[in-house]
Amino acid sequence: MRTAAWMNAFLGKLVLIEIHAQEVPATGLAPARLLLINSDDWGRFAHEAKNWDCRWVAAWGEDSGDDLIANACFEKEGAYLVARTRIPRTNPVLASHTPYYIAADRPERHIQDMLGIAFTDHPDARRWTRHRAWKESEYPLRKDFPAAGNPPAQTPPNDNYRFLFAHGAGVYEIPVGPVHAGIIEPGHFRFQAVGETILNLEERLGYVHKGIEKIAEGRDATGLARLAGRVSGDSTVAHAWAACMAMEKAAGIEIPPRAVALRAIMAERERVANHLGDIGAICNDVAFTFAYYQFGRLREAWQRLSRDVFGHRLMMDGVVPGGVAIDIGDQMIAAMRSQIASQRMELAGLYNIIDDLPSLEDRLDTTGYLSPETASAYGALGYVGRASGVAFDARKDAPYAPYDRLTFEVPVLTQGDVAARVHVRAQEILASFGLMEKLITELPPGPIRADWTTAPLGAEGLGITEGFRGEILSYVRFGENGRIARYYPRDPSWLTWPTLEKLVRDNIVPDFPVCNKSVNGSYSGHDL
Amino acid sequence: MLRILGKIQRIGIVTEPLPKNDEPALEEIGAQLQAKIGEMFSSSLAIREVDAGSCNGCELEIHALNNPYYGIERFGVHFVASPRHADMLLVTGPVSRHMEAALRRTYDATPEPKLVIAVGECGANGGEFGVSYASCGAVSNVIPVDAVIRGCPPTPSDLMRGILQAIGGLPARK
Repeated sequence: MRTAAWMNAFLGKLVLIEIHAQEVPATGLAPARLLLINSDDWGRFAHEAKNWDCRWVAAWGEDSGDDLIANACFEKEGAYLVARTRIPRTNPVLASHTPYYIAADRPERHIQDMLGIAFTDHPDARRWTRHRAWKESEYPLRKDFPAAGNPPAQTPPNDNYRFLFAHGAGVYEIPVGPVHAGIIEPGHFRFQAVGETILNLEERLGYVHKGIEKIAEGRDATGLARLAGRVSGDSTVAHAWAACMAMEKAAGIEIPPRAVALRAIMAERERVANHLGDIGAICNDVAFTFAYYQFGRLREAWQRLSRDVFGHRLMMDGVVPGGVAIDIGDQMIAAMRSQIASQRMELAGLYNIIDDLPSLEDRLDTTGYLSPETASAYGALGYVGRASGVAFDARKDAPYAPYDRLTFEVPVLTQGDVAARVHVRAQEILASFGLMEKLITELPPGPIRADWTTAPLGAEGLGITEGFRGEILSYVRFGENGRIARYYPRDPSWLTWPTLEKLVRDNIVPDFPVCNKSVNGSYSGHDL
Repeated sequence: MLRILGKIQRIGIVTEPLPKNDEPALEEIGAQLQAKIGEMFSSSLAIREVDAGSCNGCELEIHALNNPYYGIERFGVHFVASPRHADMLLVTGPVSRHMEAALRRTYDATPEPKLVIAVGECGANGGEFGVSYASCGAVSNVIPVDAVIRGCPPTPSDLMRGILQAIGGLPARK
């Protein structure tokens, strides 16, 4: 991460237009800079950030007793800015950022449901995360709300949500979910269609809301790392890394170089495993089962070596506060090296096959088109963004150790269709192979874990990593005795789910599964 | 097309024919599973998987049962799209309160006789998430459960073994 020149000019401009913003030191958030904003200026601040082409990254709130705190994070040229404001608990009203940043839409509704901050000019007053497990007048992230809550004996179904309606001759609706037909996570999709063509899709998520933000409170560092590793099982390494990075920055702990490298090896292994599985699944969704079984075979071999090297097929709990849980020996290094070599050869052959197969071309090219303009407006991340010209990759653009000393390619395309998303992921696998080879070759000697020291009361930290879906942000603040007072993980799915609604329009209903798989949002990571 | 056929021929069948060090007794479990399914489900066990709140780790491993290494279909086990076609529900958890009604409805839609297996630490006992304002915890807190497969997540071999054990205890149907 770096501080770019634009930020000082931006701060100067804020003074000029009389937005009251005060920069305060925040070592745990660094290199991100922290600005305290007058609550009256909250909306204008976002407007100005938009004028400067800052990217909206995340928003989260916190109950600090008398006041409620709202945070919003922005990024430009790899430099992050956290804006913070306080509003009285007795009148928790704030201007919305959604009029300027469409990406803030659902996150602000999440804050409204969880913390009870009303965003006055928000264009959509409907609840988002809340279904019917707690009352409209209750806010789970308030300190006076017990983690056990006061749930009804049986939670009624979420059948009183107002979906958008479409009118007109021949328009019909298809409700899908929450229980889907495959082995996948639950969520509801409401289609309006004419014939086979999708006019509109509306997502209704929140079904796997498990209260992660609330049950994080009071955990110790080790407990939080375990929880972070279960925000989204397919991104267990990337989420645990982001949470540990945040906790380590808050506690002022430097982790050993060997641990840094091992975390990156695990993160790249996770990226490759997910890309392999999803490329196969995308091909399967258009009935090219050959690729499904071939990529599934490579993924299984890959997962088995992850188990041999790091003790777990998904490498869960491999990232721990202060470092990593497991060291690796020469034999495992050799095994990883030879697997990379053999899979590189296998993939060269498979890529040749899927690259010019007419049946795949027919189904994947131009399907699920996301324009670069829409991708950028929604702040799309990861392969969804990079297939539509939005190049941001935290490893490259806001590099953290060890990526700050590594060179690698980040593939970026502008075609924006399912084929482009597949292509970006295919190329990312090869880039990860190269990264892992370098990391293995230059693996520093030494310890794999630093001693943990209790973070002081109120210490906060920000961790940002690049998971396989894109940038993950993790905010942590410690309370008394080194216990967690606040944990907020922003999975990249928050920013890619809304793009699915846009990119399926005018596609045929039978192409929805492949469009959905090509985005592959995490339900769990989003619903928290 | 020739390249595809060539690849298929070169790779051959990777489905594990014999017990290997890293996946002990897969074949053995499979053979028993197949025999039991033959005896009790006319050689075909239909499973409906329900994610009732999982972190998706369990889903990744349940998916793996269909990859060519495990190829669970060869033993007569297949995953179906509707609970109405299912003999068994494989439920991952914890059961989020927002999924509670959907899980009950899925259970009710599954014809009798039916088996329910709670999968993973969370499905078995709430795991990392426990019981809270948002989570009902274990699957058995919401619907009757016949067996549990523990693990975070359980490996594909754990899953195969667990399915076998669940049907192993049943009296023969015919």
